[in-house]
Amino acid sequence: MPDIDVVSLSRLQFGLTAMYHFLFVPLTLGLSLLLAIMESVYVMTGRTIWRDMTKFWGLLFGINFAMGVATGITMEFQFGTNWAYYSHYVGDIFGAPLAIEGLMAFFLEATFIGLFFFGWNKLSAVGHLMVTWLVALGSNLSALWILIANGWMQHPVGATFNTDTMRMEVANFADVIFNPVAQDKFVHTVSAGYVTGAVFVLAVSALYLLRGRHVALARRSMTVAASFGLAASLSVVVLGDESGYTAGQNQRMKLAAIEAMWETEPAPASFTVVGFPDQAGHRTNYAVRIPYVMGLIATRSISEPVMGINQLVEVAADRIRSGMVAYQALQRLRQNRGDTNARATFEAHVSDLGYALLLKRYTPVVTDATDAQIVAAAHDTVPAVAPLFWSFRVMVGLGFFFIALFVTAFILSAKRRLEHPLFLKAAAAALPLPWLAAELGWYVAEGGRQPWTIDGILPTFLSASNIPAANVWFSVAGFVLFYSVLAVVELYLMVKVIRHGPLETTSGRPAPLHAVVAAGE
Amino acid sequence: MLDYETLRLLWWALLGVLLIGFAVMDGFDLGVAALLPVVGRSDMDRRVMINTVGPVWEGNQVWLILGGGAVFAAWPALYATAFSGFYIAMFLVLCALILRPVGFKFRSKLEGAAWRRAWDTALIIGGVVPAVVFGVAFGNVLQGVPFHFDADLRVTYTGGFLGLLNPFALLCGLVSLAMVIMHGAVYLAVKTDGQVAARARGVVPWAVLAMLVLFSLAGAWIALGIDGYAVTSAVVADGPSNPLMKTVERAPGTWLENYRRLPLSLIVPALAYVGALATWGLIRAERVGLAFITSSLAVAGVVGTAGVSAFPFLLPSSSDPASSLTVWDASSSHTTLQIMLVATLVFMPLILAYTAWVFRVLRGPVRAQDITNDGGAFY
Repeated sequence: MPDIDVVSLSRLQFGLTAMYHFLFVPLTLGLSLLLAIMESVYVMTGRTIWRDMTKFWGLLFGINFAMGVATGITMEFQFGTNWAYYSHYVGDIFGAPLAIEGLMAFFLEATFIGLFFFGWNKLSAVGHLMVTWLVALGSNLSALWILIANGWMQHPVGATFNTDTMRMEVANFADVIFNPVAQDKFVHTVSAGYVTGAVFVLAVSALYLLRGRHVALARRSMTVAASFGLAASLSVVVLGDESGYTAGQNQRMKLAAIEAMWETEPAPASFTVVGFPDQAGHRTNYAVRIPYVMGLIATRSISEPVMGINQLVEVAADRIRSGMVAYQALQRLRQNRGDTNARATFEAHVSDLGYALLLKRYTPVVTDATDAQIVAAAHDTVPAVAPLFWSFRVMVGLGFFFIALFVTAFILSAKRRLEHPLFLKAAAAALPLPWLAAELGWYVAEGGRQPWTIDGILPTFLSASNIPAANVWFSVAGFVLFYSVLAVVELYLMVKVIRHGPLETTSGRPAPLHAVVAAGE
Repeated sequence: MLDYETLRLLWWALLGVLLIGFAVMDGFDLGVAALLPVVGRSDMDRRVMINTVGPVWEGNQVWLILGGGAVFAAWPALYATAFSGFYIAMFLVLCALILRPVGFKFRSKLEGAAWRRAWDTALIIGGVVPAVVFGVAFGNVLQGVPFHFDADLRVTYTGGFLGLLNPFALLCGLVSLAMVIMHGAVYLAVKTDGQVAARARGVVPWAVLAMLVLFSLAGAWIALGIDGYAVTSAVVADGPSNPLMKTVERAPGTWLENYRRLPLSLIVPALAYVGALATWGLIRAERVGLAFITSSLAVAGVVGTAGVSAFPFLLPSSSDPASSLTVWDASSSHTTLQIMLVATLVFMPLILAYTAWVFRVLRGPVRAQDITNDGGAFY
């Protein structure tokens, strides 16, 4: 078993570097598509302001994209450096979408991004437009494959345990690709990226309009952002609800924890709007509840009950006992591969093998666990309820706020009254909110999956590498320092570029950027 | 459906292709960055150099990302062992690889001399450190590193970071550095003109000489002083991927055994010599385009030599030789290798085609006046 400090530090490092990486990803997703839309308008109408818009937002896109690529490598490498047992245990399945992501998506976006910046004078207008669309396509495809990988961690389908190699292996790759959890997560996540891109364009344009600068460009950018953002913000909430439904089917503990639902809700289940979850006491204080809603979200019906945490803990205890039978059969199989009796027993209980591994925290032998240890391990299946409960509610609240923001923007834009000062201030103030929503969303997704790395298959505390804690202290400290410096530099450059604003031209020849940026203002 | 043994062999070859792809494509980026202080005398020289890789570094870097992903998918045991074992080295490479692209992007966005000097230093570090560390890693693979598996196949690495910095590994690090400098200098000779190109051409003979001398030294050391490894139990080429089902012995000279058994494989180290010498000659003859091809072949020869010498080992264990990872017991399942092969056969030709197209669009040297005249896009 890995050192418990290594587990905690590795989780901290993965969480920090993932959340840092995801500061850049949603903007890449959203802005790449917005660039493609703006440039399409330019190619169709021939009006150069649309090319200026593409170039200006493209400049910000480029600064952001470089950081996204650079910090993405950290994510891939960390599975091997800090989660070596995980990599061995599920690499057969989990590695494939990552590799396909590289083949299908990363090469596409990373190869064409260079031409996006350097190809304006080397390609025809249509040729350049194609390059921009390919960058957008690559970004979105990479989200698809990484979410297939992540979806499999949440809902591991299409895989079996191989007793010879002591790991999970692919049984049906189509099941892994068409995993319903992965599909919902993909659309939810890219929609959230589109919202981020749209809010970014809306907010920066609002800042310009508030100061009466770059009015023509800002107004047009806002119009694009308003309709794009409206569609995306509706999609993000609808698909988020779809995720709730699939979680209700597949990750019942996560759903119960998000809802702080300690006891099974008889049908029709009610939904707790707010309250104060008490993890130790297994209750939620001062809860405000709406009848029927939970049943509708989780089961799409008013006749099915929704299981509560306490009942799910009992289910977990049963699965641990069943998993112990599988674990014992596995030991016998390792002594004698031909033991057909043991194999039959193993096959009957293998789906609970992961639950037995939860006992390793209490007894390395597993099969000698006492009732008290089984109960303790069963309680470990409950994630931290209050942070999930609140993160989820803030995220959903923000989701509805974005719909309101974009509905307003859309109506004002249709009436040609976008320059309403109150609206502009609200739009500018909304700038950081999509990032907040996205980070909280990832917390709900990954924190809600605890104590597992692969839901029901492999506990987090077993997944880490057998490495000295000092190494991880070193890298955590290094990343915090290094990433903080980069964040400051990145923000500084972004703000410089935004302050200076776009260069509107009729000749199509922009001033050198370094001169532009150095001019300061 | 191909049989398991063939798939494993194909994936061993593909691992080599991806590593060579990375060394060829990202190698010239690293080389250009490392050459900044030598070839780039003025700020404009340096901007010209940076802009030769400006539009392509992102795509080049993906070779590493794909390499990592492919090792994860096709050789998960190798991925788990090497990445966790070389923990600190990996961290250093990561920092360097993050620093370099960010440096490309940010350096010329501001005018200040201090700002640009700071990023130049970052870029040089970002070029030199990964080149040396990757070479050091190969040097350690050839000597074996201390790790073992327990019955659950959980791997524990028992060496430290400083142990990786042994003399032979450092020699391999220098081979790698000389190699990317040669390759980067040739790339600069293709993509620039005037003074910068002349200075880059001047670097090539020295880099070729350094690389071949160091490479020969490493070869002699392998022949005389480094123990290789050999599987002593019967090889089950299509058996389960469990490294604990075999026995392995260390013995002197075993790393040359493949060349004795299959003399044709001597082509691979020969390629390093022929490619590098041809590069020298072609640079003298100012046939820079051809020189880039021969330089790439030399890179392939150097990287390939390590792979062919160690075959079938991917990563030998010095402390518990039976735990060593080989082509026959460290791969993914039959199904996964098959799926990944199909994906690679579909997408790799596409990738090569559009990468070639992008380089064609960007063909021609980068000149100082391009940078002064058309700002915005340039780094």
